[in-house]
Amino acid sequence: MSLTNRTKVVSKKQMSFIERLYLPAIFAGMGITMKHVFMKKATIKYPEKTREFSEIYRGRHVLKRDDEGRERCTACGLCALACPAEAITMIAAERQPGEEHLYREEKYAKVYEINMLRCIYCGLCESACPKEAIFLTKNLVESEYKRDNFIYGKDKLVEPMEKDKRTDISKRLTPEVLSFKKLPNEKHNI
Amino acid sequence: MLVFLIYKVVLIACILGLSLLIAMYSTLVERKFAGFIQDRFGPDRAGKWGILQPVCDGVKLFFKEEYMPNTADKFLYILGPSLTMLVALLTSAVIPWGGTLSFGGNQFPLQVAGSSVDILYIFAVVSMGVYGVMIGGWASNNKYSLLGAVRASSQMISYELAMGLSTASIIMMSGTLSLQDIVHQQQTSMWNVVYQPLAFLIFFICALAETNRAPFDLPECEGELIGGYHTEYSAMKLGFYLFAEYINMFVSSAIISTLFFGGYHVPFLQHAGLSNNLVTILGTVFLFVKISFFIILFMWVRWTLPRFRYDQLMKLGWKILLPLSLVNLIITGLVTLFLHK
Repeated sequence: MSLTNRTKVVSKKQMSFIERLYLPAIFAGMGITMKHVFMKKATIKYPEKTREFSEIYRGRHVLKRDDEGRERCTACGLCALACPAEAITMIAAERQPGEEHLYREEKYAKVYEINMLRCIYCGLCESACPKEAIFLTKNLVESEYKRDNFIYGKDKLVEPMEKDKRTDISKRLTPEVLSFKKLPNEKHNI
Repeated sequence: MLVFLIYKVVLIACILGLSLLIAMYSTLVERKFAGFIQDRFGPDRAGKWGILQPVCDGVKLFFKEEYMPNTADKFLYILGPSLTMLVALLTSAVIPWGGTLSFGGNQFPLQVAGSSVDILYIFAVVSMGVYGVMIGGWASNNKYSLLGAVRASSQMISYELAMGLSTASIIMMSGTLSLQDIVHQQQTSMWNVVYQPLAFLIFFICALAETNRAPFDLPECEGELIGGYHTEYSAMKLGFYLFAEYINMFVSSAIISTLFFGGYHVPFLQHAGLSNNLVTILGTVFLFVKISFFIILFMWVRWTLPRFRYDQLMKLGWKILLPLSLVNLIITGLVTLFLHK
């Protein structure tokens, strides 16, 4: 009586004389090893070659600007709340009268820090952001010698003002995301 | 007299340097070959194709901290690896590396110390190799090292018997103990492996066990014995133990190719009618090709087979290889008797 129907009867045959010699099996094994010497290797020789990433690979973060060059982030804190690793911290500030070309709304993030060592690159901050400000890009985080250099501030996260140096995140805006924005309640995200 | 002295010193220096160089690069070949078998590349960052890797390893070992456990026996602790290295290098003195070079009327045989009892010398020196392991294990003052050393030495002395007996059938066939004469005889008739394939197989398996190479590497495996007799060693002393294993491998390959595969003899070369010196040089090059083939064979076997358990190892040495070599000896004796009648 068996509990599953995946039983296999164990063979209790004695080894034949050829098998007990072990030598034929050893030679067969050596043939397999030699065959592997000439097979294609699985190694990718970094840094001369890099492996392929998918289009929506979650790498380093970027804080985007809108078409007029104003920072989209309003320091609402939803990304920090959503982050499972508590990697994001920020300090908000009020926009002064002469800074309308820098920030979209009256509240902006004076200090915005992500600890790249705590971050698990899950992308929940990107999903939580109501202003389409933070995205994860295909760029990789470079190695540093000190742990403190891994806390990225706004200087490393906000994309540059020049139009040609902006980060392209069009592949992350999938049709599902775009159709979500067309809902009447979500107009403020555009 | 002066010419003779200079030539001997130069020959000794060449052979010493060559065996150290070959042992150094066989560490790299081992790692690259192991990588290729395992579907990866070996080390290839240090210099093109990793050529500078052995240099890096040597420099690393020189810079490591040299310590000695303070309950260890000071003299024996240093003697262990030194003895192993000495014994490994001593065996290369009697191997005929080539024919005879002739410059200006003088003959220069390419053998450091040939005599009529070469094979006896080789076995004497190889038996002394057990001392290095035993002393290393005892001097560490560590019961696991001692256990590893006891296992290693018992393995080495068990397999020496079958090795000696399989060589005895070669000696019976050739009628001489001198390696130079054995090579000469293989030049006229076929290579010895054709007449004694079973002896070759037994000798090869015993050479694997004598040099503590897989599948007989229980004394030095990391999983079961945490390093065995070289647990308490660091830096250059450990480097000596590990390096001596590769030199032993090189010398064993040289002995196998001399005894069974014709040494420096190149088949069909005597018909080409080249000058004597060129034949000698080609013979030496061909000997090194054979040695390289055997070194690759050692590594190939290591990365294919799993390790023997200690009782399986002892059973193989005493209950299977020893009777087989005795049977081989008897058969050789009978055939020699009937052929000479």
